[in-house]
Amino acid sequence: MAGYLVLGMGFGIILESKGYGVLWAFAMSLLIYAGSMQYLAVDLMTAGASLITTALTTLMVNARHLFYGISAAEKYRGAGKRKPYMIFALTDETYSLVCGGKSPSGVNETSYYFYISLFDHIYWVAGSVAGSVLGKVLPFSTEGVDFTLTALFVTIFTEQWMSTHDHTAAVIGVGSSVSCLIIFGADSFLIPSMIVISLLLTAVRFWKRRAS
Amino acid sequence: MTDSQAVLTIAVTAAVTLLLRMLPFIILGEAKKTPPFIMWLGNVLPYAIMGMLSVYCLRGVSFASAVEYVPPSVSVLVVVLLHIWRRNTLISILGGTVCYMILVQAVF
Repeated sequence: MAGYLVLGMGFGIILESKGYGVLWAFAMSLLIYAGSMQYLAVDLMTAGASLITTALTTLMVNARHLFYGISAAEKYRGAGKRKPYMIFALTDETYSLVCGGKSPSGVNETSYYFYISLFDHIYWVAGSVAGSVLGKVLPFSTEGVDFTLTALFVTIFTEQWMSTHDHTAAVIGVGSSVSCLIIFGADSFLIPSMIVISLLLTAVRFWKRRAS
Repeated sequence: MTDSQAVLTIAVTAAVTLLLRMLPFIILGEAKKTPPFIMWLGNVLPYAIMGMLSVYCLRGVSFASAVEYVPPSVSVLVVVLLHIWRRNTLISILGGTVCYMILVQAVF
């Protein structure tokens, strides 16, 4: 969760450096609430991208959220009135916490997931606003601060690697992406990567089930 | 980009993101049991997707000159080592970012 505070600050600082002040940071983090996509949205806004480009980029970059929903659908069953908000707030970080940890004993599962969602959201908005304000007064250059996003994903990847013995999926993920990056280039490798990853994972499951 | 265009960009981004988040819940529904294959895919995918997103973040790195690839390579290594050492998300992210900022601003 604290990662969101730092990542949010990075976002606020970048947004401020492009001429969009604290209100923009607040509104974007409150309404979009998608880490990597918000960083990209800043690029789109400064590049003057068309709405179609924006929609397609969002679709590609956030397509992974389809899978988050798939695995959270079971956990969020019967969440009642809180469910619409929990679905809206199902980000990378929230998803990894929801799927990574068991709720502390004695705590209602739905409440646990709901408060993870809510606090992640608060951290994210607060971080963005703080970053935006801070960006104005920082006495040093903020060049390179966008590395926070890379650092976040690499950290989660490392954490997942350390917490499991079966690294098949992780290796497939990196291997497929690097291969597709080389073949399709930096601008259009994301969708091929997702297809290759899904196919390979399905093949692995099929093969493992036959072996056992 | 005018302010109203920027507002529209934000609205489109928010709408598409929300749609993607809602879709599985609409399709899978409240009552039906999630198929085992989908459950399994949902379990293993995060491991693959985090790897993919790490590659995605580093997609623009060129290996033509050391100025291009040394700062991200060293910083990624710092993130991994910090995380193995302390296993604290905040320390790993902050350490890696500060390392990267120092490298691109002061060293290269």
